[in-house]
Amino acid sequence: MAAVTAADVRPAPESRASIGWFFHDGFVVAKRNLIQSIRVPESIFFSLVQPVIFVLMFAYVFGGAIPIPGQAAEDAYRQYLIPGIFGQTVAFAAAASTVGLADDLHKGIVDRFRSLPMTSSAVLFGRTAADALQQVAVLVVLSITGFIVGWRINNGVLEAAMAYLLLLLFAYTVAWVGAWVGLHMPNPQTASTAGLIWLFPLTFLSNAFVPLQGMPVVIKTIAEWNPVSSLVLACRELFGNPTGFQQILPDAAWPMRYPVAYTLISCTVVIAVFSVLAVRKYRSSAG
Amino acid sequence: MTPPPPTGPVGSASADAAIRAEGLVKHFGEVKAVDGLDLTVPYGTVVGLLGPNGAGKTTTVRILATLLRATAGHATVAGFDVAKDPDAVRRSIGLTGQYAAVDEYLTGRENLDMVGRLYHLPKGYVKQRADELLERFSLTDAADRPVKTYSGGMRRRLDLSASLVATPRILFLDEPTTGLDPRSRLQMWEVISDLVADGTTVLLTTQYLEEADQLAEEIVVIDKGLVIAKGTSDELKTAVGGDRLEIVVHAGSSLDDAASALRSVSDGEPAIDADTRTLRAPVSGGSTVLVDAVRALDAKDVRVDDLALRRPTLDDVFLTLTGHAAEEEAAPATAGAKPRRGRGRGRKES
Repeated sequence: MAAVTAADVRPAPESRASIGWFFHDGFVVAKRNLIQSIRVPESIFFSLVQPVIFVLMFAYVFGGAIPIPGQAAEDAYRQYLIPGIFGQTVAFAAAASTVGLADDLHKGIVDRFRSLPMTSSAVLFGRTAADALQQVAVLVVLSITGFIVGWRINNGVLEAAMAYLLLLLFAYTVAWVGAWVGLHMPNPQTASTAGLIWLFPLTFLSNAFVPLQGMPVVIKTIAEWNPVSSLVLACRELFGNPTGFQQILPDAAWPMRYPVAYTLISCTVVIAVFSVLAVRKYRSSAG
Repeated sequence: MTPPPPTGPVGSASADAAIRAEGLVKHFGEVKAVDGLDLTVPYGTVVGLLGPNGAGKTTTVRILATLLRATAGHATVAGFDVAKDPDAVRRSIGLTGQYAAVDEYLTGRENLDMVGRLYHLPKGYVKQRADELLERFSLTDAADRPVKTYSGGMRRRLDLSASLVATPRILFLDEPTTGLDPRSRLQMWEVISDLVADGTTVLLTTQYLEEADQLAEEIVVIDKGLVIAKGTSDELKTAVGGDRLEIVVHAGSSLDDAASALRSVSDGEPAIDADTRTLRAPVSGGSTVLVDAVRALDAKDVRVDDLALRRPTLDDVFLTLTGHAAEEEAAPATAGAKPRRGRGRGRKES
């Protein structure tokens, strides 16, 4: 038995500015969450099953019945669909944050974190960053699936890269909402249902699967201002896919005319609001 | 071996004890989990906080470890105010809770590395310290396996290792052996005794009387959020009374004859349990009373199946102090006393 006495080697903690510790601690937590997802590859696998099924169902079952304005080509719907699937998939990343945090709270890991002299908000910043980063792997697999069913990137590399970055920003944004929801969950079981329900209206009341034209006025207005729609539209424009509009008229809703700007603004606002709410909830739930 | 008291920024009154709580109160809505608790733990000692479920033990530890904010009262740990300077407190403490707070998907070594990095210790130091702790707690072979594959006892030892990465001078152990099998429990007791021998100050909560008896120099008995007694194990037992003589009378002999035989050697009236044919009587005079008792019983021609002299256990202490047994389930009024989150109640049975 090694003689480790309390008095001998108690080292001084490293000194660093608090902003430095914030990034350090966030990185340590993010690394832990990424290791988790590598050790449980099933979680990434199953998060892919749903979007792949959606691709196949919409492309081959519903696709023929959904006309894309201004597009006569047979594969137009598949071109239209894939960015919608991207948008829906990154939005569902929020559920992972909800369940992950609820699980950490339940298993007492959060108690461990709270008893450490770390930057407390790093627990949430690390979690959301790791959950967004996981989407890189998901987007790679989905892009390949899309390619197989006929989807193509028709614009330059720069535009495509920007589209992918917007998708990751969106994943990070919803991860914060998911984290905030997770902090309110009494147990992981509730979290796994409550973490999902708000995502269905969020993604279906949008242009992800069908063009906005055919929607009733109220629904259409909601869909036009839904950040999922602007994200998906921005991706379609950046990838050079059909947008679902014959042409975007000057009297169209603002988010539809400036989808990239609207996506950036709404993500910024949501991150600002929900990071403050979630960090406050995290600190106050300590009693 | 006792670490010197730190020169904390708080007045000298609070720097002389590792842990000092005064009039601590914590209410969860209607429930008064802790209701005016005073506690002092000097450096280098082990104090056991003993009480039934819902007595307020966990809540007290969570307040002292900065996980909960007290409704009222004042506490310092390592000389630092838990409410005003939680980060300084966190740097001085280690906490091992009722449920092993380690990450299942990380390996043992990765868990220790993560905790060490979050204590803001240098990378190289954490690596070396992790190796030492894994070795010390017999986890070296399992160090690179995910914790998911560990047994309950291994998880608990890893959890304790995690609390020790920063070599804290004060350690909180919240029911460290709850749910462990007897062998793992003995292992934990050994590990904890070693730590104490190294001079670590320990505040231990337990509902096992035997555990407090084994590990703690001073026992603080709490019930319904209040301290109801304190002292060494011996002091508490003496407070309840001296030795008891216990005999089990053979089926063929008369209980009345046995009682009258006992009366001649005991200090008080024997208690008779007819169902188990057991008689108990307070005695004094140590083991010579046994000889006298055997003679008296023999003179009355009483045959006994068992005869023993025993010291009062902490069970007797608890029963005398609170009027109910220590292992009794928490009353409905105090069932909600534990914080609802972070301690899944459902896991307790698993």
